[in-house]
Amino acid sequence: MEADDDAAFFTMSDEAMILNGVDELEGQQLPTSHGGKAAMRGEQMDVEAYAALYTGRTKVSRLIFIADQCGNQSMQLEALRMAHDEIKKGEDSHLYRLVEQKIDGRLGPKYAFDQTWVDSIERRAEQRKEKLENELNGYKTNLIKESIRMGYNDLGDFYYAHSQLGDAFKNYVRTRDYCTTSKHIIQMCLNVILVSIELGQFMHVSNYVSKAEQTPDSLDPITVAKLRCAAGLAHLEGRRYKLAARKFLETGFELSSNYMEVIAPQDVATYGGLCALASFDRMELKNKVIDNINFRNFLELVPEVRELINDFYASRYASCLDYLENLKPNLLLDIHLHEHVETLYDEIRHKAIIQYTHPFISVDLPTMASAFKTSVTGLQKELEALITENQIQARIDSHNKILYARHADQRNTTFQRVLQTGIEFEKEVRSMLLRSNLIKHEHNQRASRKQ
Amino acid sequence: METVEALVAHIQGLSGNPDEVSHLHSLLKQSEETLRLQVSRLAPFIKELDPAIHSLGYLYLLDAYSSGPISGEHISSFHGYFVGFINSCSIEQIRLVSEKFISLCKRYKDQVIQQHVPIQAVVPLRTAIRKIQSSSEQLTSLHPDFILVCLLSKYYKAAISILDDDVFEIDQPKDFFLYCYYGGMIYIGLKQFPKALECLHNVVTAPMSAINSIAVEAYKKYVLVSLTHLGQISTFPKYTSSTAQRNLRNFAQPYVDLANCYSNGKFSELEEFIQANLEKFQADNNLGLVKQVLSSLYKRNIQRLTQTYLTLSLQDIADTVQLSTSKDAELRVLQMIQDGDIFASINQKDGMVSFHEDPEQYKTCKMIEHVDSSIQRMMALSKKLTEIEEHISCDPAYLSKIGRERPRFDFDDFDSVPHKFLNGGEGNGFLLLDSSAQF
Repeated sequence: MEADDDAAFFTMSDEAMILNGVDELEGQQLPTSHGGKAAMRGEQMDVEAYAALYTGRTKVSRLIFIADQCGNQSMQLEALRMAHDEIKKGEDSHLYRLVEQKIDGRLGPKYAFDQTWVDSIERRAEQRKEKLENELNGYKTNLIKESIRMGYNDLGDFYYAHSQLGDAFKNYVRTRDYCTTSKHIIQMCLNVILVSIELGQFMHVSNYVSKAEQTPDSLDPITVAKLRCAAGLAHLEGRRYKLAARKFLETGFELSSNYMEVIAPQDVATYGGLCALASFDRMELKNKVIDNINFRNFLELVPEVRELINDFYASRYASCLDYLENLKPNLLLDIHLHEHVETLYDEIRHKAIIQYTHPFISVDLPTMASAFKTSVTGLQKELEALITENQIQARIDSHNKILYARHADQRNTTFQRVLQTGIEFEKEVRSMLLRSNLIKHEHNQRASRKQ
Repeated sequence: METVEALVAHIQGLSGNPDEVSHLHSLLKQSEETLRLQVSRLAPFIKELDPAIHSLGYLYLLDAYSSGPISGEHISSFHGYFVGFINSCSIEQIRLVSEKFISLCKRYKDQVIQQHVPIQAVVPLRTAIRKIQSSSEQLTSLHPDFILVCLLSKYYKAAISILDDDVFEIDQPKDFFLYCYYGGMIYIGLKQFPKALECLHNVVTAPMSAINSIAVEAYKKYVLVSLTHLGQISTFPKYTSSTAQRNLRNFAQPYVDLANCYSNGKFSELEEFIQANLEKFQADNNLGLVKQVLSSLYKRNIQRLTQTYLTLSLQDIADTVQLSTSKDAELRVLQMIQDGDIFASINQKDGMVSFHEDPEQYKTCKMIEHVDSSIQRMMALSKKLTEIEEHISCDPAYLSKIGRERPRFDFDDFDSVPHKFLNGGEGNGFLLLDSSAQF
């Protein structure tokens, strides 16, 4: 419940910030209404609302990422300030140094480098590490499995909290030998997945997701949802967009804000929606996305994505592309998605163009160009590329600026293919006979030499 | 030691029936040395013999006569004797000593080439091939020489009658390599690129245990012709010998780079590349082909446009394929329409080209005939395949090899498949390995 409120708060505050007071009413009723103007976001993204969706390390790293990417002084400082605040709550001196270095004194004395804090943190960390290691050694001599597991786990947690991700990963993996119940295994897997995502090692993520899914006991819905998200991220990172889309679409809404240390439900909607648009055909889009009751819950959180998917399906490409264009600056600031934005956008655009031309025998290029918000020459170039790749069966009449669908004549192509195959067969067989004769000759020669 | 006179008498007396001829053969073999010693006296005796009746003796005398260096005034008489002999000699007799016959022909070819009149040898050599070969499927050692002579005299069409025969029986791999290489060049000269590709492809993919320069040169030409004709080079098929796969590319690096450059489709880049490597191509005598590759890029690019456009202005065509003016584009397009490479019409009034689909409807009598002849050819080929398979499956060496391998096969795998199936499977698999993909 709390999570839902949270999410609702996000959308509301988000809207309030960006609507220029024109469509305030429409904005307020956003979850149900059309929300057409809601997509007309300002350039500035609301960093605070964004950051509120995450907790822990990912929040800091996302903020730092935004600061690095946005190229906008005020936004950068805002992000760094929040990262700073977040770090101060924890005890990660490494990240602290990093952020301080980035702030570089631009945020006034309150955010200046605090040596005493760092010292005390580091001293405490040293002590704690020693204590944990001693404890673990004690458990090891006593050979109590459960305690050893806990010891490793604590050590992993400790390293994770202090940005020593490699060590954290090692310790989490070590607990594997001491897991006795499937609950332990799940915990181990989730820990490893968490660290691996932070490390950017998505091979491990998919490995451990499948390990977790293979446990004999049935998993609770939240864990299942977490695992789906992690698998989706791994596929996204590996550029397997279709698989990524499937995983995100399978994610249960139970996820809500239970996985804030990795992903927000809004992200599931965006990632899943965009990947689905880029990789699914129309049927799949309808069955698996639009008619998917479970995923609809996610989409309600990000109405822009919902609208753009609906627009795409309803062939309102101009508005769909508008939404996409408006989303773009924010997506480029997303730590996971930014690398894929261009590819996904290209794919979606191609899909849209292909879908647009599909039902027609002839298409008027100027009309089409205006539907796609581009010039006729630009469109012609895009079409040319798609035709060359054989994605569209059509030809362009550049004189009258019309695109004509091309209908392959089955009979003629069959004739052509048959004759071609015949020629190739003949050639192959003849050269094969020649080769076998040469081999025979060589064989004979060898035999005669032997005699 | 018999004298030449006695020998000639023997020749005249013993050329009647096969038994006599074989006796004569042994006599002649013994007196080869005598003949060689008396080269200068042979000319009048040759005149006494009739090449049609005394072919064997005539061949021996002529061979001895030409074995040493022939002085200027005798050359034309030698040529006269030779041509007369080739035209009228008896097939049965010369086949007894085919090696001698071939060496004589080769000597004649060398003579002709030395005198820069290769065209004189075209007809005699063709007759010689026809006489010496047991069937049109046999490749003799004279084949490459004949084609070389045709090449040198630029009388390409003469070579076609021989090249069109399907060759299956091969005596010497070297003959085969040369035959295909020269054949490829003949077809290049005639601009019959598919045939040329086939010939060169045979050289490149022929089994070889060591790389040879014929294969390297053939590969260079193969790359160029393949680019001109198909616009790309295919990778080596899997039956190519590993030696060729490993080494050919290294030996023909500029050509492989040229192909890579070609695949980008940028005219100016390709031109630059060719300029940079001009000397290498020139040294290989391939510059002409390289130029054809360059101009084929225009063609390729225009052809690509026909896939995407129904109409396009000449100016646009010129821009896309990097031709300088629309006039050039018009000429190119016109040429391509003439060659049947594209189907299009030019509207000169507004400078538009409209591209059409292939008008072939596959319902003319001519087309049916064409299809029918193809089917006939395929049937003949597959009959041949079956024959060879039968032949191999009856071959004792093959069977003993299979028999030896079979028990071990069973033993290791504990395979429950009955022998009957195994055997059949292997028999087919061995022979139809390459063709099975086609069916």
